[in-house]
Amino acid sequence: MIEFTDISKTYRVAKRQAGMKHAVASFFSREYSEIHALQNVSFSIDDGEMVGYIGPNGAGKSTTIKIMCGILTPDAGTCVVNGRIPYRERVRHVREIGVVFGQRSQLWWDVPVMDSFDLIRDIYRVDEALYRKNVAELTELLELGELLKTPVRTLSLGQRMRCEIAASLLHDPKVLFLDEPTIGLDAVSKLAVRAFIRRLNEEKKTTVVLTTHDMQDIEALTERVLLIGRGSILSDGRLEDLKKRIPERKTMVIEYQGAPPALHPKMTQAEHPSDGRMTVRFDPSRLSVSTAIAHFAAHTTLLDVSVSDISTEEMVAKLYQEYRL
Amino acid sequence: MVIAMKLYWNYFLMELKSQMQYKASFFLTALGQFITAFTTFFGIRFLFDRIHGVDRFTYGQVLLCFAVIMMSFALGEMAGGGLAVFPDLLREGELDRILVRPRSILLQIVMPNMDFSRLGLLAQALLVLCAAIPASKVAWTPEKALVLLLMVLCGSVIFFCLFLLVASVAFFTLQSFEFLNIFTYGMRDFGRYPLSVYGEEMLKLLTFVIPLALIQYYPLLYLLDQAEGIRYAAAPLFSLLFVLPSAALYRLGVRNYKSAGS
Repeated sequence: MIEFTDISKTYRVAKRQAGMKHAVASFFSREYSEIHALQNVSFSIDDGEMVGYIGPNGAGKSTTIKIMCGILTPDAGTCVVNGRIPYRERVRHVREIGVVFGQRSQLWWDVPVMDSFDLIRDIYRVDEALYRKNVAELTELLELGELLKTPVRTLSLGQRMRCEIAASLLHDPKVLFLDEPTIGLDAVSKLAVRAFIRRLNEEKKTTVVLTTHDMQDIEALTERVLLIGRGSILSDGRLEDLKKRIPERKTMVIEYQGAPPALHPKMTQAEHPSDGRMTVRFDPSRLSVSTAIAHFAAHTTLLDVSVSDISTEEMVAKLYQEYRL
Repeated sequence: MVIAMKLYWNYFLMELKSQMQYKASFFLTALGQFITAFTTFFGIRFLFDRIHGVDRFTYGQVLLCFAVIMMSFALGEMAGGGLAVFPDLLREGELDRILVRPRSILLQIVMPNMDFSRLGLLAQALLVLCAAIPASKVAWTPEKALVLLLMVLCGSVIFFCLFLLVASVAFFTLQSFEFLNIFTYGMRDFGRYPLSVYGEEMLKLLTFVIPLALIQYYPLLYLLDQAEGIRYAAAPLFSLLFVLPSAALYRLGVRNYKSAGS
């Protein structure tokens, strides 16, 4: 159970203009500007939930994760994870969480992966029997096999990420935080990582909090999406409901013979018609798909029709625009 | 406790393993440490070819001083020298990783950054100590041996604290300042001679601000029977008070930690 109540966090950043003169001046006196990374953010996540956390760069995603992990202390508000305040009871708190930072390794660079695992076992005081069981399981599910004997520095990014995820789960955490787990991975590795995370959530009921810029991660993994922008939660709900907030979210492509047909009044043109093709957009709550097709069928000779929902990628871009992020 | 020690021992081994991956580099660095340490030793040696004493201390006594400081420094730097990675840890947000592990933050930084090549320096300091023990003409007693041990041990704590203080500054500046090395390497160089040679003012500074004199000058007077009393013998223990301000600055820094990047 994660509860975030009215959390605010402000950073003070030294301002400095470029150039030697200003560099010298800043040595003596500095001007600071305040960046409100989070402003009165509240939400709660139940045990066993899998939540995606999206938002543009600098929106406050990482700050939120870092507060939940006990790395940062908020300026105001309270955060409670599994009944503890992370930044007050750091040691006890982190024993129950697993963290994967996509861009940062937790393995020791120069030694075989297995040596890192052994050390992590000691750090978390994992019982030997449990440790063996977990390693065996993770090795099978993430196909680590030979990788365990390889020094980390020689692993590919995808191989390393699989090892990172395994490393964060050796102590059976109740909550797993994933900060951009698929960044830089190839398609096969991405699929493998996603499948594994889903299975973990289903079988072990591990709570998963995920930040990502890859909307396919969100689609594949999470039911619930938190959208954050400029330090506030802008929306919290199912991906489908989020889509419904985009008015013109159906796209219809038609191919026709002859002159371009007139549009239905509740449609807008997305692209100029050319070569007997036309793309339009409309809001399915105001104009049903069947009416739209019927409209074109009545006005021209239809050769082909395809209707698609807005992609998550586009939707998020639209939402960012809408909120001027 | 035993389990905790085992962990740090493993950290230790892990680091040794990593450093051993580059075997030639490891041994050459240690050898280099060993040899360069001799240059400072010869500096003193040749100085005493010309003169017979520094501020009422003989060659053997200065040598004792030198050995104590070198051993303290070698131990202190072996543990604390790695703290120089602080600015990098902070700038690149690597401290995040350390904070999400259920162990002491300081030990997690210190253990993997142990610099074993300092063993070369330690070995050299031990050699000098072996020479200095008879050469200083100290009338050794068990009490004096204990005081000598205290000088070395408390001295390494002081040097560790100095490294910690300098590193903690990075919490606030995010960069390292080379001039702060005057408090670490500078203190080592100062400490080669009995601190009274630098004058009354300096001695006060090195007593009350950075308590280097408490592990060097005052107990040395006791060893040489130039001063009597528990005040001088137990001076190294008082130097441990220096841990308090060092720990305070470090803790303040951790609380001030802002993390970095995403």
